[in-house]
Amino acid sequence: MGKRHEIRLSGSGGQGIILSGIILAEALGLYGGKFVAQTQSYGPEARGGASRAEVIVSDEEIDYPKAIKLDLLLAMNQKSCDEYYRDLKEDGMLIVDSTFVTQVPTSRAIQIPFTKIAREKFHKEIVANVISLGAITELMDIISPKAMEEAVLARVPKGTENLNRDALKAGLMTARRFKESLKKKDREPQEYQQED
Amino acid sequence: MEKRRAKEFLMQGNEAVVEGALAAGCRFFAGYPITPATEISEIMSVKLPLVDGTFIQMEDEIASMGAIIGASLAGVKSMTATSGPGFSLMQENLGFACMAEVPCVVVDVMRGGPSTGIPTFPSQGDVMQARWGTHGDHPIIVLAPSTVRECLDLTVKAFNLSEKYRTPVIVVFDEVVGHMREKITLPRPKEVEVIDRIRPTVPPEWYIPYEDTTQGVPPMAVFGDGYRFHVTGLTHDIRGFPTLRPDEVGPFMERIHRKITLGLPEIHMGEFFHLEDADIAVIAYGSVARSARRAVIDAREKGVKVGLLKLMTLWPFMRGAIERIIQRAKALIVPEINMGQLSREVKRVNEGKAKVSTINRVDGLTITPGQILRRIREVS
Repeated sequence: MGKRHEIRLSGSGGQGIILSGIILAEALGLYGGKFVAQTQSYGPEARGGASRAEVIVSDEEIDYPKAIKLDLLLAMNQKSCDEYYRDLKEDGMLIVDSTFVTQVPTSRAIQIPFTKIAREKFHKEIVANVISLGAITELMDIISPKAMEEAVLARVPKGTENLNRDALKAGLMTARRFKESLKKKDREPQEYQQED
Repeated sequence: MEKRRAKEFLMQGNEAVVEGALAAGCRFFAGYPITPATEISEIMSVKLPLVDGTFIQMEDEIASMGAIIGASLAGVKSMTATSGPGFSLMQENLGFACMAEVPCVVVDVMRGGPSTGIPTFPSQGDVMQARWGTHGDHPIIVLAPSTVRECLDLTVKAFNLSEKYRTPVIVVFDEVVGHMREKITLPRPKEVEVIDRIRPTVPPEWYIPYEDTTQGVPPMAVFGDGYRFHVTGLTHDIRGFPTLRPDEVGPFMERIHRKITLGLPEIHMGEFFHLEDADIAVIAYGSVARSARRAVIDAREKGVKVGLLKLMTLWPFMRGAIERIIQRAKALIVPEINMGQLSREVKRVNEGKAKVSTINRVDGLTITPGQILRRIREVS
């Protein structure tokens, strides 16, 4: 990992974007020993409206706390994907929730239907953000799954620990299968195929 | 994976303010929630009762300011927190606290203005209001943190200064600093220096509540402790009663300013970064100081002799520090997320010696390192 790593999580208010940002920052900072700065930008609405959280990770103290060029962009809806794609570095990673993002700006986009998985597997759309954190953990290589699990469990409401642990695992596994499919086919897949 | 350290937390600037206030001995908070300062009230409402403190949600910010003045007179360290619109409402009572010399701390998390403006976005538009928002010649101390750790440290400092100099102290920072989360290790109670106001040592019948001292700060009795004294917003004599006598009004006004002037070496806080050999100096505070630091590091790598003065005390203005810098520096850059407020003060002190240029941004975003770096290149 380089000196400074910039991550933006984006979507609409109510998708748990800012909580995801806090959990990601805690996993990297408190359990991973890195320097982190987490900021957010949101409108006055509690639900709907644009919502984004940024996490800067570094091996040294962080001055400017916001993202300049993104190493990773998670877009949980089409609008945020369209708006923020241009902030991505040339070799930056784009992860989209393909439940809502139907038009991707690049064939290299990693398309995982987080909300669909949440709905079908857990009957709760609310865990889509935790599933996405699982995928980020697997794809980013700088967070240990154990650190992420501890960070998630420390932040979610009591009584939902098992649900969130399973959701995180589902995200990890989905991303792992995605990575394996890349190797196997030796080409860039268009869409993650959900298993029956 | 490292094991998580017990005292280490990921915390917002606003949360760190609460930790600082509690560590400094704040036991009374009255406020009215407002974005982007709401977390301060919210967390205070949870944490104050646990330490036998008092939290009151008031009907508005006028009353909030009144309540903390009352609590402080009763001997309890007290605080309120707000943003621009609420800060406007507090101004009248803030002047009362200056006049009656009541220690208290006011936090203003700055959002875009004027009026209700843009609640969730950052601004540094209240810098002049913090200095001159209340009417009349009055002394005031205004501190400006730029990191989560500084939010804690400068809140402690704000309480200490307010107690020591019997004055309201204002802590201002923009939304980015208030909502930004960083890792912070909370200090143990014994690591925090806490200063309490001087109390009278004489018997109640000898007590002269506003009598001059060498430092200009009279001892302050707790209201209800048997020491009778009168508190008024009218200009008063040493016994606290309104006076019209020029030989009492003049010395009083002189004293409340002198007590702050005498404390300047302690009150003035800043970070001097690469200024020793700087031909260009950036002067910044709050979140903008973070961008400036990055720009200075990047420009230094290209061989430009540029430094940064990060102001942690905005008022009284750090005149001496600027005067030292312009003995060498030929150009000053003052980036602010407002239309140019503190830059006016820099120009006033500069008296045309160095070339002063400003970077101003009022579109709801903070100034980026790139913006400052471009200006450094232009003036170098």
